[in-house]
Amino acid sequence: MNESPVIELSGVCTRFGSQTIHCDLDLQVAAGQIVGLLGGSGSGKTTLLREMLGLLRPSAGRVRLFGVDLDDPDLLIQRTVRRRLGMLFQHGALFSALSVFDNIAFPLRELRCLDEDWIRRLVHLKLAMVELETAHGKLMPAELSGGMVKRVALARALALEPELLLLDEPTAGLDPDRSQNFVELVGSLQQALGLTVLMVTHDLNTLAGLATHVAVLAEQRIIAFGPKDQVMTVDHPFVTGFFGADRRKLL
Amino acid sequence: MNAIPCLRVEPGRVVLTGSWTLATMLPHLADLQNRLAVPLPAGEHWDLSGLTRLDSAAAVLLWRTWGNAWPEALEIGELHRQVLGRAADLPREMPAAVKHAFHPLESVGRLLLKAAHNLRGVIALFGQVLLDLAYLFRHPADFPRKEFAANVYKAGAQALPVSALVGFLIGVTISYLSALQLKSFGADLFIVNILGIAIIRELGPVLVAVLVAGRSGSAMTAQIGVMRVTEEIDALSTMGISRSIRVVLPKILGLTAAMPLLVLWISAVALLGGMLAAMLQLDLSLNYFIENLPRAVPVANLFIGLGKGLCFGLVIAVVACHFGLRVKPNTESLSANTTSAVVTAITMVILVDAVFAIFTRQIGVPQL
Ligand SMILES: Nc1ncnc2c1ncn2[C@@H]1O[C@H](COP(=O)(O)OP(=O)(O)OP(=O)(O)O)[C@@H](O)[C@H]1O
Ligand SMILES: [Mg+2]
Repeated sequence: MNESPVIELSGVCTRFGSQTIHCDLDLQVAAGQIVGLLGGSGSGKTTLLREMLGLLRPSAGRVRLFGVDLDDPDLLIQRTVRRRLGMLFQHGALFSALSVFDNIAFPLRELRCLDEDWIRRLVHLKLAMVELETAHGKLMPAELSGGMVKRVALARALALEPELLLLDEPTAGLDPDRSQNFVELVGSLQQALGLTVLMVTHDLNTLAGLATHVAVLAEQRIIAFGPKDQVMTVDHPFVTGFFGADRRKLL
Repeated sequence: MNAIPCLRVEPGRVVLTGSWTLATMLPHLADLQNRLAVPLPAGEHWDLSGLTRLDSAAAVLLWRTWGNAWPEALEIGELHRQVLGRAADLPREMPAAVKHAFHPLESVGRLLLKAAHNLRGVIALFGQVLLDLAYLFRHPADFPRKEFAANVYKAGAQALPVSALVGFLIGVTISYLSALQLKSFGADLFIVNILGIAIIRELGPVLVAVLVAGRSGSAMTAQIGVMRVTEEIDALSTMGISRSIRVVLPKILGLTAAMPLLVLWISAVALLGGMLAAMLQLDLSLNYFIENLPRAVPVANLFIGLGKGLCFGLVIAVVACHFGLRVKPNTESLSANTTSAVVTAITMVILVDAVFAIFTRQIGVPQL
């Protein structure tokens, strides 16, 4: 297998007008790591994910996924890279005109290789993975609760069996039980498939249960990146403020 | 590490190795499916211990191959057994999507019911507007002045250039075509009558209505629709602000107020275009045209034209707002309702126009 890091950001700068969000930001995530990305609200975490997906082009710097530059002009390469990743958007981004079932089946149908029975089984499997019932498949996105939207979005992100999962606040809006199940689900998928996961989260329990590594975004760059226990000892106002008294709980 | 999914049939056992994931299977999918489809003797021994990766797509494939049951002898790592277990836990019978068969009679009935439903909705909305007006009459301070002015500006002032262009071109076209006919009869002077009556009484209002239905009607439906999709309408009502007074009423009043003015404007520009074309084609001086216009076209026609404008504006705005409020929170419904709003508004305008034609048939026709 190639050894290039799954995600490689080098010298990324982002500006919206005169407002600078990232400045000379570097990050490398290796295969098999589960990285929790921390940062204050409005510090540019979602923006960073959008840059990794190629939805937003950084003002300067390079973004590489699986060793492929996202600026590569070859459409075929671009598409293969995109098929290897799954994204869970902060607000779900479900297709509002399609039912839950069709939302999850959509990327599978786009492959044009799988038969309808196979797709149906896979969709129900994903629904079961995120603890939704078969009957929920018929609902439209507007008829779901906030937490259900999150779970359907996760099921859709998992549909193509991606090697890289980008999750934007996956457990926000879920009850503690569901969050715990989510942690177990992603954990077991990671073990079985060797997934790489990058997740933005503010939930200490998710972070403690799942993340192997932690990256901290503050002052417009990644101020700390490394294994969980190392980052927690970093002496920076944001880190100490974030973990605060819970530092023990995470170890 | 062997990435390619590999299937080997040895005497008495089937050995799977490599990485069985959707991505790695895709290039060899047809081949793998063919080889798995070959019926194997019962009691076959499956050796999956050499697998490096197994994802749920592959698990479903295997489970289907095994006829929805565990094979009698299976060697597999614990992690991968869990993945297969998830596929095995699925209920055997999965409800297939229900397809509605097309039935002509049923669909006609459905269409009629929908039309009746919409008619009721439009009438209810109109009633609501009247009630709101009565309320505002008693509480004039609540009148949404800013929104009203904004709507008059958007639907009226901003439509001036495009309606002028369309009106001018239509005026030129009609004048040019009628001039050709009139010349051959030597009845050149009647161009004033033809243009005057046609444009002021009929074409001006209808042209504006079609333009405005496409321009402002669709915009109103889309705006109210998106406000529903993003729950802005709900946010308004939680603040104790009536959506009908703040959102719907200004649109309806604004368009109703702006339409007669637009009719006046487009009729004037169309007459100007017609006059210029007549001057070039028939050598009729502008002076002659303007002097004879009041004689050829009784002033009642102008009032009929303006009255039509008023009614058309009301109809377009009420229909647009009705469809906007019917939008369900999804993109498909938004586009369907915007389309319906424009189509219904134009149809209704032509219907109302016919009613006008019947009831005003004795008014304003010049006696020769
Ligand atoms: N399209 C845009 N145009 C201008 N500014 C933007 C745009 N998108 C994001 N921003 C700004 O970039 C900053 C970072 O936004 P971002 O959505 O990445 O925050 P975040 O870290 O995900 O916050 P949260 O935890 O609240 O989701 C914010 O200040 C925001 O105002
Ligand atoms: Mg965010």
